[in-house]
Amino acid sequence: MNDVKNSAAGAAAGNAEGKPELTDSMGMNYLVSLPKRVVSVYVPLFVFVVVLLFPFYWMAITALKPDAELLSREGNPFWVQNPTLAHIKKLLFETAYPDWLWNTIVVSVTSTFLSIFCSVLAAYSIERLRFRGSRYVGMSIFLAYLVPPSILFIPLAAMVYKLNLFDTRLALILTYPTFLIPFCTWLLMGYFKSIPIELEECALIDGASRLQILIRIILPLAVPGLISAGIFAFTLSWNEFIYALTFISSSEVKTVPVGVVTELVEGDVYHWGSLMAGALFGSLPVAILYSFFVEYYVSGLTGAVKE
Amino acid sequence: MTVLAPHQTALSRALDNRTVLGLLFMLPAATLLLLFLTYPLGLGTYLGFTDTKIGRNGVWVGIENYQYLWGDAVTRLALFNTLFYTFVASIIKFALGLWLALLLNKHLPFKAFLRAIVLLPFIVPTALSAIAFWWIYDSQFSIISWALMRMGLIHEYIDFLGQPWAARFSTIAANIWRGVPFVAITLLAGLQTISPSFYEAASLDGASPWQQFRYVTLPLLTPIIAVVMTFSVLFTFTDFQLIYVLTRGGPLNSTHLMATLSFQRAISGGSLGEGAAIATAMVPFLLAAILISYFGLQRRAWQQGAADK
Repeated sequence: MNDVKNSAAGAAAGNAEGKPELTDSMGMNYLVSLPKRVVSVYVPLFVFVVVLLFPFYWMAITALKPDAELLSREGNPFWVQNPTLAHIKKLLFETAYPDWLWNTIVVSVTSTFLSIFCSVLAAYSIERLRFRGSRYVGMSIFLAYLVPPSILFIPLAAMVYKLNLFDTRLALILTYPTFLIPFCTWLLMGYFKSIPIELEECALIDGASRLQILIRIILPLAVPGLISAGIFAFTLSWNEFIYALTFISSSEVKTVPVGVVTELVEGDVYHWGSLMAGALFGSLPVAILYSFFVEYYVSGLTGAVKE
Repeated sequence: MTVLAPHQTALSRALDNRTVLGLLFMLPAATLLLLFLTYPLGLGTYLGFTDTKIGRNGVWVGIENYQYLWGDAVTRLALFNTLFYTFVASIIKFALGLWLALLLNKHLPFKAFLRAIVLLPFIVPTALSAIAFWWIYDSQFSIISWALMRMGLIHEYIDFLGQPWAARFSTIAANIWRGVPFVAITLLAGLQTISPSFYEAASLDGASPWQQFRYVTLPLLTPIIAVVMTFSVLFTFTDFQLIYVLTRGGPLNSTHLMATLSFQRAISGGSLGEGAAIATAMVPFLLAAILISYFGLQRRAWQQGAADK
């Protein structure tokens, strides 16, 4: 984020001096001629963007096509001749889709808040209280982050049966933090590290307790980190598939990804229109949320990878 | 008051102790992680040595599961598929991701907007974008086949998911589509930390663009490449959603990965023990990937003269 701001500021300063080609962010780019730039940069970039976005366009267009157009090889498939809302109507009123949407929201929001709560305390404890062995705890948090759900779902399924949590939302709310907490803790540790320790020392001298310091000083300063961790955790739990597929069997408790994949496919007849509408509406909430917080999301993604 | 005072001071003294307070703060996270991550990790390993079925406790059978799986053609095929899938997809994701990162690092109009839309495939649920790919790969109404037919390149529709090798490459293509944005955006963050003055110096010394990339960009980017590729390999090796939605392992088990096979054996088939053994068999490969990148990273840091941290 800072890089972006710096380069923007640099560009602005350069413009003011009337020689933008010498700003930092341009480097030696002014040596490259325009036609060469078009071929080497804009054309490949355009192809990348088209390929990356095409499936979304295809989802949207398929959701609006009447069956006759979907199952025909004639005409131009890239456009809709007679758009219809029939598939969306079927999805919203004849399937349990609204239930799935509600379940996904409940599970994602609850597990996100639970994870953020645990992670804030854990990250503060590891990064700032520095109790004996905190380094090893920090290391093991990072290792926990590397444990993939694909190797945990079988023993977790056995536990979920034993705990009588099978087919409940609670099973998901309790298991999602296993991949959310390591990630959020790791991210927040980085943010807490960047807050000057002097602030804390001042507060300690003024007689504040550690809990007061955490709530009154650290958390307000770490708001960007909290937003990053929250957005990231929310999208991760929204997208989760294997646990929801394994621990849930009744239609009314399913989440959107699992519901769309398992319930909208009936035998050999694929209702492509409704399937695509389901995929689109399941993707939109995260896409919209993401569009508001892109910078936070990207800094969360890159912050977690950079040490 | 005076009676309570010693008690209060004892409590507040305890709370001032870093270790006591530190452990207290760790408690919620540690409870959840130990209960639902560490314990299942151990339980999974144990289950792999038993003949547990769904709804029936198993008995210890030693390495019988592993012996059976070693002789099982489907498991061997799944191992081959997983390695092939991971290897091919990771290399192409790295190449395309690095290329896209270099493009996005250029001085562009709408840079922030471009970066935002490029990351879209990574943030939407994989299971749902896989459904879009399912339709794109449809044997009768595939848009790719339609376009190729129109261009006169093929004469009949391609059965993307119906033939073993076609299905392998189709699933790899979908995996690449989803993974490239992650690689590109994280590498872009690494590129932005490289000071432009290096390129200015190199270009004044007469370095060609390729030489600048080879001798400036690549060495400075290596640490972050190692981390990004470790994550990419981990995600790809343990992939489940894409295969489950697109092919369920078919045709003829040609796209089964270890994860989908363990799901099929454990949950659909009910043999928890056998499934757990397959899942546990993935661990050595994951550890190898992590260790290779860790030591690769260390060597690099040491070469660049970094002090011990």
